[in-house]
Amino acid sequence: MGLFDFLRGSPKQTASIAKERLRIIVAQERSARGSPDYLPLLRRELLEVIRKYVNVDQEAVDIQVKRDGDHEVLDLTVTLPDKSSAAAAAAAAAREG
Amino acid sequence: MTEFIVVTSGKGGVGKTTSSASVAVGLAKRGKKVAVIDFDVGLRNLDLIMGCERRVVYDFVNVIHQECTLKQALIKDKRYDNLHVLAASQTRDKEALTKDGVERVLNELKDEGFDYVVCDSPAGIEKGAFLAMYFADRAIVVVNPEVSSVRDSDRILGLLSSKTRRAETGAEPIVQHLLLTRYNPTRVAAGDMMSIDDVKEILGIEVLGVIPESEGVLAASNAGVPVILDETSNAGHAYDDAVARLLGDVRPMRFLEAPKKGILSRLFGS
Ligand SMILES: Nc1ncnc2c1ncn2[C@@H]1O[C@H](COP(=O)(O)OP(=O)(O)OP(=O)(O)O)[C@@H](O)[C@H]1O
Ligand SMILES: [Mg+2]
Repeated sequence: MGLFDFLRGSPKQTASIAKERLRIIVAQERSARGSPDYLPLLRRELLEVIRKYVNVDQEAVDIQVKRDGDHEVLDLTVTLPDKSSAAAAAAAAAREG
Repeated sequence: MTEFIVVTSGKGGVGKTTSSASVAVGLAKRGKKVAVIDFDVGLRNLDLIMGCERRVVYDFVNVIHQECTLKQALIKDKRYDNLHVLAASQTRDKEALTKDGVERVLNELKDEGFDYVVCDSPAGIEKGAFLAMYFADRAIVVVNPEVSSVRDSDRILGLLSSKTRRAETGAEPIVQHLLLTRYNPTRVAAGDMMSIDDVKEILGIEVLGVIPESEGVLAASNAGVPVILDETSNAGHAYDDAVARLLGDVRPMRFLEAPKKGILSRLFGS
């Protein structure tokens, strides 16, 4: 990087961001491969049900079919929002009433 | 034994045709009997990169539809007698390729004693790309160090291990390699471009070669001389290394480091 770049302020190093995003999406797409077709719909419907109770965002529900010995397991992870943003969301919901 | 090699990627414009031409020439240079086939029906380009565009009389689709013999359609390379090009049709639609037809042509090439048949796949995952990979023994997945290209290649790796003859018949799986092209070591060093190790780690397969981004590639396609024949181009040398590795040689990767800069350009940037 040259002096002018330095004076301009160095650009963000984006390669590591790209790598991290790819690591996640590739793992997700690999596990979806060969898994049942109903997974995306199941995921959407689960998301709707969960959202009746907790205000989670799109990425909060992760479903994967995993092998455990000779049977398959539906592995469901729901990431709940942290307390402060949940409280804010609840307050917002109450205001909208 | 004939080996069918598909050069594929998912994403368009990453360097499949450039790589197909150089791999085919590299194999021919080493005395192998090689055919290189353009599967990009409707968008013929391999003939230009190989420099034989004015000698195309019959094409791949003509052979499939038995409008000519395979011999009539194979264009003999001017540089190597043991290298032949089968051009894509420019006029027909993608549906002109059929699985049975492709299989018949490939079998005929096998009977003719070809050592290698290099299949230059079109972009995407439609019929042309599917047929280019279906009969493959080996796959070269061309990838640029860039998010959409990497993601698409993983998709292609999935298809190679499920939607191909070897997968369907439960034979030995297709041998898979990554060929990283348009690599810019300066940008990698600056942290703006993913490195060979990053891509290898994400996709989890072996890297056959790293082809640097190079002006020589444009010059080579301008001239119709595959870049592997350009002694002055780093990209040419990198392709030569890749072909040597394909044949079992062990060669260290070259051109992974940013070229050293003088004090002035270091001060003022490039
Ligand atoms: N190593 C490289 N350095 C610089 N330019 C390159 C390099 N490799 C390929 N290119 C350029 O990138 C462009 C696309 O290359 P090419 O036609 O080989 O890609 P492709 O994957 O076959 O494309 P398509 O998907 O359209 O068939 C061309 O202009 C080519 O000259
Ligand atoms: Mg092409």
